Amino acid sequence: MHLVRKEPAQRRIGPMIVVLVIISVASLILASGLGPVSVAPVTSFRILLSRMPVIGSLAGEGWEQLEENIILGLRLPRVCLGMVVGASLSVCGVTMQALVRNSLADPFILGVSSGASAFATLGMLFGAFSFLGTYSLSISAFLGAAVTIIFVYSISRIRGRMDITQLLLSGVAVSMIMDGVTSIITLSAPNALGLHNAEFWMSGSLAGARWAYLGLPFLVLIICIAVLLANHRGLDLLLLGDESAVSLGVNVRRLQKLLVLLASLLAGVTIAVSGSIGFVGLMVPHFTRLLVGGSHRRVLPVAALLGGILVVWVDVAARLIIAPEELPVGILTAVIGGPIFIWMLRKSRKGA
Amino acid sequence: MYLEVKDLTYAYRAGQEAVDHVSMNVEKGEFVGVIGPNGSGKSTLLKCIYRALRPESGSISLCGEDVLSMSYRQSALRMAVVGQEHDIPFDFTVEEIAAMGRSPHKRMFDIDGREDRQIVADALRKLGMEELSGRSFRSLSGGEKQRVLIARALVQESDLLILDEPTNHLDIGYQLQILELVKGLGVTVLAAIHDLNLAALYCDRLYVMKDGKMVLEGRPEEVLTPEEIYRVYGVRSLVERNRMTGKSSITFLPEHIDLQELESGHVA
Repeated sequence: MHLVRKEPAQRRIGPMIVVLVIISVASLILASGLGPVSVAPVTSFRILLSRMPVIGSLAGEGWEQLEENIILGLRLPRVCLGMVVGASLSVCGVTMQALVRNSLADPFILGVSSGASAFATLGMLFGAFSFLGTYSLSISAFLGAAVTIIFVYSISRIRGRMDITQLLLSGVAVSMIMDGVTSIITLSAPNALGLHNAEFWMSGSLAGARWAYLGLPFLVLIICIAVLLANHRGLDLLLLGDESAVSLGVNVRRLQKLLVLLASLLAGVTIAVSGSIGFVGLMVPHFTRLLVGGSHRRVLPVAALLGGILVVWVDVAARLIIAPEELPVGILTAVIGGPIFIWMLRKSRKGA
Repeated sequence: MYLEVKDLTYAYRAGQEAVDHVSMNVEKGEFVGVIGPNGSGKSTLLKCIYRALRPESGSISLCGEDVLSMSYRQSALRMAVVGQEHDIPFDFTVEEIAAMGRSPHKRMFDIDGREDRQIVADALRKLGMEELSGRSFRSLSGGEKQRVLIARALVQESDLLILDEPTNHLDIGYQLQILELVKGLGVTVLAAIHDLNLAALYCDRLYVMKDGKMVLEGRPEEVLTPEEIYRVYGVRSLVERNRMTGKSSITFLPEHIDLQELESGHVA
C-alpha cells in the first residue's frame, strides 16, 4: 500500500512568499545594525523610517549623526546589495540547472564566476568598454560568463545528452584557467585595479557597496525573473529532456539560447559588483525545491527571496566573526556550501 | 490520409543514413506498429515525426498540413508522445507531470484553471493513478511512471499518440497493461514495438524496418511469416494462428532444434 502524500500539487506559495518578504524586510533592518559598530535595531529602524516619504516624521529624533552615516551610507547599501546578489545568484543557479538538466550546476562550480572575473579584470586592464563608464565592468563580466557557459555546455554535451562528469570536470578546469588569468592580471597591475584585487574576485566581497552599484544588478534581476516566470512551463519541460520538451511544444533550441543569455547576465552583472560568491546558486535552489517542489513557477520567486536572505546573513557573519577585521563573504559560503555540494553529489550517485 | 510520411531521410553521421527514404502513412483510428531489429531506424523515424530530430529531406504531413513548418506548439497540439525519457532528475509530483500535458494549450502567463485540473484528474483516473497523484514521480516503479506519461499524453488532447518503444524495459505484465490501455483509448496510435507477439496482438497494420529502410508493410498476419522474420531478424520461427486470440503467435526456434524433425511432425 502506498502512503498518499496530500495535495502538494495545489501547494499554495502565496503565504510563503508573504512570510519570506517579511523576513527579508526584517533582515534589511536588523542586518543594517550589525557590524563592528553596532546600532540597536530600534535605532536603525527609526533611521530608515525617517527617510520614508510621508510617514518619515513618525521616526522622531535622538540618534547620533555617526549612526545615521553608518546605516545609510555604509550598511544599508551593503545589505541591499547582498539581497540583490543573493537573489541573482540563486536565480542564476536555477536557470543553469534547467539548462544542463542537473541540480549540481552553479555559476561558481561550473567556472562561470571565474570566467566573468577574468574577463572583468582583462577589461579593466585594457580599458575595454571604458566608454560605457561604470557599466564597462559589468559588460566584460557578462561576456566572460557567456563565453564560459557556452564553452562548458558544448563540451559536456555528448550525443545530445549532458554528461555530468564532463560538466563538473570541465567546470573545474575552466575555473582554474580563469582564476589563473585573474591572478596574473591583479598581481601584475595591483595599483591600476584598486579595490578589485585578486581576493575580491575569488572570494567575493560586499564591502565596497555603494548605492550607485545597486541599480544595474537590481534591474537585471527583475527583468530576468520576469522573463523566466513568463517561460516557467518551458523551464519545467526542459527538465524532462529535450525530446519530451519538443513533443510538448517547446522550441528547445531557442529556450536554451535564452537561458544562456539570462544566466550570463545574472552572473556577469552580479560578479562585477561582488566578486565570486560561491555555492549560493547551488544551495538555495536545492532547498527551495525541497520546500516547494520542482515547478519553476514556485521555485523562482522563493529561491530569489531565500537567496537574498541567506547572503545578507552570511555577510553579517563575515563582518562579525573576526571583527574589526572582515572575512570575505565568499569564503563563508564556500565553507557552508562545499559540504552540501559533496552531500548532493553522493546523493545523485545513488541515483536517488 | 491522416499522417503521411514521404521519402524521409535522416543521418546521424554524413553518409550513414539511419532512416533512408522512408515513406509510410497512418489512417485515422488505426493502431500502426513499426517493428525491426535494434538499430533498424524505427526509433529514429518516430523521432523525426515528432520533431526531436530534424530530417534531412522528405516531408511529414498531418491532415494535409506540413508538420515541419508548424510551430512546436502547433505540432504538440496534434500529436502526443510517450518516449524513452522517463528519468527526471528533479522532484515533481505525479499530478504535476501529468499537468505538463496542458502546456501547449497555454499562453505565457496562463496558470492551470479548474478545467485543466479536471482534465488531469480524469486522465489519471483512466490510468488508475488517481490515488498516487500527490506522490513524487521519482518514487514510482517503471510501469507506474509509464502510466503517468501516458496520462500526460492524454491530457495533451491530441489526435495522434506516438509510442517510441515505451515498453522496452518493462516486464511483460506491464507491457501488456500499457498496450491494453492504449488500445482501449480509441485514439490513432503509431508505435515502435520490440516484441513481435505484442505487435501481432495489438496492431492493425505493421511496418517493418531494416538498416534504415522500410522493407515490408501489411497486416500482422501478412508480415509476420517465418520467411519474413528470417529475412529481417535472421531467426527461425514457427507462426501459428492462436485459437483463443485469432492473432498470429510466433515461437522462436533455437539453432539446436532440427528443422527436419519439426517438419516430420515431431512437434506439431
